Amino acid sequence: MKVLVAVKRVVDANVKVNVLADNTGVDLNNVKMAINPFCEIAVEEAIRLKEKGVATEIIAVCIGPKAAQEQLRTAMALGADRSILVETDANVEPLGVAKALKAIADKEQPGLVIVGKQAIDGDNNQTGQMLSALTGYSQATFASELIVDGDKVTVTREVDGGLQTVALSLPAVVTTDLRLNEPRYASLPNIMKAKKKPMDIITAEELGVDLAPRTKVLKVEPPAKRAAGIIVESVEELVDKLKNEAKAI
Amino acid sequence: MSVLVYADHNNTSLNAATLNTVAAAKQIGGDIVILVAGEGCAAVAEAAAKIDGVAKVLVADNALYAHQLAENIGLLVAEVGKDYSHILASTTSTAKSILPRVAALLDVAQISDIIRVESADTFARPIYAGNAIATVQSSDAIKVVSVRGTGFDAAAAEGGSATVEALDLAKDAAVSAFVNEEIVKSERPELTAASIIISGGRGMQNGENFKMLEAVADKLGAALGASRAAVDAGYVPNDMQVGQTGKIVAPDLYIAVGISGAIQHLAGMKDSKVIVAINKDAEAPIFQVADYGLVADLFEAVPALEQLL
Ligand SMILES: Cc1cc2nc3c(=O)[nH]c(=O)nc-3n(C[C@H](O)[C@H](O)[C@H](O)COP(=O)(O)OP(=O)(O)OC[C@H]3O[C@@H](n4cnc5c(N)ncnc54)[C@H](O)[C@@H]3O)c2cc1C
Ligand SMILES: Nc1ncnc2c1ncn2[C@@H]1O[C@H](COP(=O)(O)O)[C@@H](O)[C@H]1O
Repeated sequence: MKVLVAVKRVVDANVKVNVLADNTGVDLNNVKMAINPFCEIAVEEAIRLKEKGVATEIIAVCIGPKAAQEQLRTAMALGADRSILVETDANVEPLGVAKALKAIADKEQPGLVIVGKQAIDGDNNQTGQMLSALTGYSQATFASELIVDGDKVTVTREVDGGLQTVALSLPAVVTTDLRLNEPRYASLPNIMKAKKKPMDIITAEELGVDLAPRTKVLKVEPPAKRAAGIIVESVEELVDKLKNEAKAI
Repeated sequence: MSVLVYADHNNTSLNAATLNTVAAAKQIGGDIVILVAGEGCAAVAEAAAKIDGVAKVLVADNALYAHQLAENIGLLVAEVGKDYSHILASTTSTAKSILPRVAALLDVAQISDIIRVESADTFARPIYAGNAIATVQSSDAIKVVSVRGTGFDAAAAEGGSATVEALDLAKDAAVSAFVNEEIVKSERPELTAASIIISGGRGMQNGENFKMLEAVADKLGAALGASRAAVDAGYVPNDMQVGQTGKIVAPDLYIAVGISGAIQHLAGMKDSKVIVAINKDAEAPIFQVADYGLVADLFEAVPALEQLL
């Protein structure tokens, strides 16, 4: 079966972003960009399925700017067979992304779509669920284990109280949690090989999808600053402060 | 205006987070209706009816909803919700799985994890692990919104007397099935509801050492939390992870032990009222958000702390 993985280009997880002085957004100039960490986990899981002989072809998809070609090349260096970039400079919302992914899924007919649970820029945690609702594919969010068996996939999910296991019929949408796997690094030869792998660059219009946003960002502000704290010298002082100053215990 | 609140529960008790979501609904204004979907969930409906400010409780009691399968409940909430101006749910793992489906089925955007209601169509929400707060206005006819519990003071659990109405709506997507669950049982307060939390990180070295934190937690009536590193290393289960991609907490007191204070961890706890950090590295970023920092070896400091409580 084909496996579709959705890969978003985001600010690197180690970067602490700053809000622009005019409060229109965050400063992305000269900031290191990367594949969203949860999407790396999605790509890794697809590769493992291919190594097990479950997946036959891995297609990485991104909806984003021209520069996102870089992230798709990385996905192919890791092991995706080909990729599709739906090129747009607009700030696309999860609903639009889900519609674009649905249009591609309709065409490619994957057995499984693996997406991240959350993009670490917008922190929305919506796209996979929306895609599942739009396609009618089954859904398992926050996967920490995934076992494909014939036309079923069994997924263990990280939920608030612990773990839950569900059995889904294929095709399915699975969203990855942190403990699903540890992504590999791309080797130099594979990075070279990835340059020759096919990448389709298309537009939302070609897919017949409307990416127009439904929300407007009125302003972006830094979070409230915490007042500076103090360093205490001993456990005794700490307990005294907590009891008598903060009245927290 | 009318607000439909999707209740988070386990068929026997209502998750306290729903009270915070009702508080957000009150700020939006209009009639508040709570939808309880589950199996054998009459007690939950009763509790929901007592929440202050709630006009009506709808109960869909059906085996199809027993395990909150997102495909089935998504269909139900979309059908019931299409007549409302707002559909709200708490940012819990259950609602996170259901609510975006509802939005997609209604062809509207979802606004995730709000911390403030500015007006009926405008909300504030953290982005980039809480390093920025975006104020977002929706142009959709129906606003689908998930609510971060720590952003809103809970509505009173008592004082209301809403009518309870049974809903005879069976929605079966028939694409998934519940297999089993391992829910961690604990005598301690639930992380997101606790007023004191003590969390351990990689500095704890192993799961066994978390017993030291448990001893402190017992004396303080605290919940136990952890960093991702501690969960990844298998010291403690995943439900204890605090952070951008774990649980978001804001207790009166948060004690971070052997946690460096990565952006992603801070995102989950930096709105706590009082923060204590115990770390042997004076340069650890956790000290930048700590009200009280103690530079010390945790293996000496934690037992000493327990003795003094
Ligand atoms: C996509 C993504 C999502 C993430 N989500 C989360 C999340 O939700 N929550 C989260 O916590 N992290 C998350 N992380 C991981 C985060 O980036 C950090 O790696 C993690 O928080 C580090 O955990 P830690 O502080 O326990 O470990 P470390 O960074 O290794 O820190 C251990 C600390 O313990 C101290 N220490 C060691 N021994 C002692 C001792 N004897 N006495 C006192 N102090 C001692 C050290 O000085 C050090 O500061 C995420 C990362 C990514 C990429
Ligand atoms: N622009 C995009 N291009 C490709 N995949 C995306 C995009 N936006 C979101 N996704 C996928 O959806 C997941 C969840 O994103 P979000 O719902 O935005 O938190 C990501 O981890 C990706 O797998």
